Amino acid sequence: MSVESIAVPASREECPAGVPVWQIRVGTRLSRIAAVAGIVLVVALAALPAIASRNLIQDLIFVLTMLTLAQLWNVLAGWGGLVSVGQQAFVGLGAYALFAGIVMAGLDPVAAIPLAGLFAALIAALLGPLLFRLEGPYFAIGSWVAAEALRLICAQFKSLGGGTGMSISPAELSQMFGLKTVQALLGLRPAAARDVLVYWLALLLAVLVTLGIYAFIRSRHGLALAASRDNAAAARSVGVRTARIRHLLWIAVAFATGMVGAVVYLQKARISPDAAFSVTDWTAYVIFIVVIGGVRTIEGPMVGVLLLWGLVTYLAQYGSLYLVVLGTLAILIMLFMPRGVWGAAARRWQWQLFPTQRWLGRTSGTS
Amino acid sequence: MSGFDTIIEGVLLGGVYALFALGLSLIFGIMRLVNLAHGDLILLAAYLVLSATTALGLPLAAASLLVVATMFVLGFVLQRLVLERVLGDDILPPLLVTFGLSIVIQNGLLLGYGADSRRLQAGAFESSSVTLAPGLSVGLAPLTALVTAIAAVALLQLIFYRTSLGRAFRATADNPAIAQLMGVNERNVYAIAVGLSLAVSVIAAIVFGIRASFDPSIGPARLLYAFEAVIIGGLGSLWGTLAGGIVLGLAQAIGGRINPEWQILAGHLTFLAVLMVRPRGLFPARRT
Repeated sequence: MSVESIAVPASREECPAGVPVWQIRVGTRLSRIAAVAGIVLVVALAALPAIASRNLIQDLIFVLTMLTLAQLWNVLAGWGGLVSVGQQAFVGLGAYALFAGIVMAGLDPVAAIPLAGLFAALIAALLGPLLFRLEGPYFAIGSWVAAEALRLICAQFKSLGGGTGMSISPAELSQMFGLKTVQALLGLRPAAARDVLVYWLALLLAVLVTLGIYAFIRSRHGLALAASRDNAAAARSVGVRTARIRHLLWIAVAFATGMVGAVVYLQKARISPDAAFSVTDWTAYVIFIVVIGGVRTIEGPMVGVLLLWGLVTYLAQYGSLYLVVLGTLAILIMLFMPRGVWGAAARRWQWQLFPTQRWLGRTSGTS
Repeated sequence: MSGFDTIIEGVLLGGVYALFALGLSLIFGIMRLVNLAHGDLILLAAYLVLSATTALGLPLAAASLLVVATMFVLGFVLQRLVLERVLGDDILPPLLVTFGLSIVIQNGLLLGYGADSRRLQAGAFESSSVTLAPGLSVGLAPLTALVTAIAAVALLQLIFYRTSLGRAFRATADNPAIAQLMGVNERNVYAIAVGLSLAVSVIAAIVFGIRASFDPSIGPARLLYAFEAVIIGGLGSLWGTLAGGIVLGLAQAIGGRINPEWQILAGHLTFLAVLMVRPRGLFPARRT
């Protein structure tokens, strides 16, 4: 059957006046309001360091970096079907590349961040063809093995502290790009100014990654990705290059994840293989954020990270109990509310702040 | 003789890894479920045996039987109440649920037993050894691990190919819908498979717990070794899994002999190398 035989006019111009046509819509009225509110929120967050305490800024660095990681995991596993339990590999690689860049190559920390992302992307490009040989669920454990192998390899670098890790002295970071400006602008001491700078970098990354994923999912490439996940054979038969799109997604996600790792460890200024490659910190929390908030939505990770932040405030002092509660919550949500908190609410009240679903509707051709 | 010792050590270590891997391989083969909590369930079994021997004061053999029964029931219930609800075409839900379970068990054990290293007490058995040849003696415990692994594979093969339960397993693995039409209760078959997987894991836990000390944080590493053994050996073959465990054990023993820091890394790199050269494993099941 040729495409022409389906009675869909190729463009508005060909359509005779008054005849109803099918139209695919993605945007909703709420989403246009949300776009304006989103811009206001980002501007407000960017201006926040002028009035906020250092504690709040540090909390928000945690929230923003976890949000970015959650968005990245969501696009990889939720939309792409590449359920990785090894994303800590790229956080760790980004962090180690940052430290190597500063300590061994004498790079400016801010300039080292994109290089750290590139390094993570390079390793992802090398590992991808190997790990993609593992079908579906086995890819999950395979990515975990790769992360463990990379942790053990990083622990071999004695110049980067070996198995015990290392710190960067504040003196080495005092000449960092932009630091003097922030100090002068907000009248802060170097340590507090570094937090503000890292906060802005984290905000920038969160905004760019969220918008990038949003644009990607709404593009035809996003549709191709979802098709590859749902039925790879069918997707290939309509011309989607499923292997290539997944590989490119895997590399792009590693690139951004590596930059997040670099930003996180620029603030911590102390690294060890066990912390930088921690499956709990960089993958378990991230998965719980996405599951609780809602898989395959842009809003889900935002809701999830705010809930996690709330739980951290009350439960973090209990350590292990906190993780037991989070894990149980994630299991219960998966069983009884598989779309997550946001997904359930969106379905109930038809909310779409960042709509990614395509709606087929009839409109009048003359509109 | 030191090179030869390393090989013996690696082969014996491989027995333990094969035991880790059998339970994982079993439920993947039958229901296409990858249980990310497998390693933590092995640890849970080890702690239950520890409690049964210390708190209840049972002898090791009685404690083992008790825990095998407990874990079988736990597996059955876990499948019927939790896993059954998320099995389907979408691979995401079962992975996320078992990953959540892994975190819950690991941190639950940390709450219940603390972070200290523990070990199962097996009396004189732990330290005694047998002399295989002049100048070559092997610890009785590691040797028992390997023999147990071989026996477990043989027993599972027997169940798979010589019993009606095994026929139901194989039929359900091939085509659950048709198996159901032939009168197989798919839900029960799956639940028994998970129960059996956990029961085998108890054997793995005991053999491992006598050989080495354990703490709640090491569960995920057990999962990774089990997985590596399955993939190195080749999917769909239990004897292959045993061989995969031995290859992994050898890789770790040889790596550890060169440099103690490389022991685990050598295992992971061997796994990646096998994936590169022979993605279907060294001894894959022949497709019929």
